[in-house]
Amino acid sequence: MKRTILLALAGLLVAGSAMAHEYSVGSIKIGHPWSRPTPAGAVAGGGFLTLTNTGKEQDLLVSGVTPVADRLEIHDMSMTGGVMRMRARPDGLVIPPGQTVKLAPGGFHIMLIGLKKPLALGDHVPARLKFEKAGEVDIVFLVSNPPADGSGGMGGMSGMEHH
Amino acid sequence: MRRSIWLFLSLCAALSLSLAACDRDAAPQKPPAASLGGPFHLIDQNGRAFTDQNLLGKPSAIFFGFTFCPDVCPTTLADMTRWLAALGPDADKVNVVFVSIDPSRDTPKVLKQYLGNFDSRIHGLTGTETEIARTAKAYGIFYKKVPLPGGGYTMDHTAGVFLFDRSGQFAGVISYGGDPNRGVAPLRELLKR
Repeated sequence: MKRTILLALAGLLVAGSAMAHEYSVGSIKIGHPWSRPTPAGAVAGGGFLTLTNTGKEQDLLVSGVTPVADRLEIHDMSMTGGVMRMRARPDGLVIPPGQTVKLAPGGFHIMLIGLKKPLALGDHVPARLKFEKAGEVDIVFLVSNPPADGSGGMGGMSGMEHH
Repeated sequence: MRRSIWLFLSLCAALSLSLAACDRDAAPQKPPAASLGGPFHLIDQNGRAFTDQNLLGKPSAIFFGFTFCPDVCPTTLADMTRWLAALGPDADKVNVVFVSIDPSRDTPKVLKQYLGNFDSRIHGLTGTETEIARTAKAYGIFYKKVPLPGGGYTMDHTAGVFLFDRSGQFAGVISYGGDPNRGVAPLRELLKR
């Protein structure tokens, strides 16, 4: 019920809103999953969120699935010498204890590959993420413009780990 | 709707600024040779032949990318759309060009659908693998196909917008990220030449 209300509110506030929605599973908190609207004809979209590990042990975002695309992958993007590079992280993404890892434009992100239709402003994109220790959790990416609170920027950890 | 587009663009600017900060230590970009890269024979999104000769006589802003790209390419195309809007009637006096470095997926039909989201004056170009390779080399563009472990592939590629004056002389690179209006002043400058 609470979630329904939250989603309804989210739907009303999509235009560039900093509206946050949160999920948690085990020691992992998932903050404000969002996706950019995709141009018609685009076959891939990006998903962004923050992962906070409130536990004492490292966890790993291992994989995920979504009904809106053929595949969900964890990627890293970097710009070096003017060249954009994107790499899959097939071994997943480490979330150290007590830390927050940001998946944001310009760094780590989730790729939705093989979109069945374009992502439109206001869409709610369901996905299931799997963590090594915390297990599985259902989330919704809100298709919106980047949040105004700065969480859409290049994330702390991601900025340090170009390779 | 219009308001949310502007909001989106201004937010992109904020994001891009933080990206630019991260890139400060990156190696300097190597500019291409000091003339319009060289002859090329490509096809536009309407299936018509498009060559380097189509660019001469107007200043040009050329970006190499691919439609599969989730972040840099749509952001750059949105920026270029904004530059054209800011130029007003002068927008018809410049060439804004998107060249696909992923021609096997980016057919004219795919480009047409994709570019329908941006300013209709943007020329989308594709061609054979050989012609694209030749064009990219002439313009000093790096690109490379990188397989994805789950199947399919992505492309590494040079992300800046390359500027040429109306006679085809290389006139600079607008790096990715930063103020989304950053292309307006250089294009105005090129219009005066």
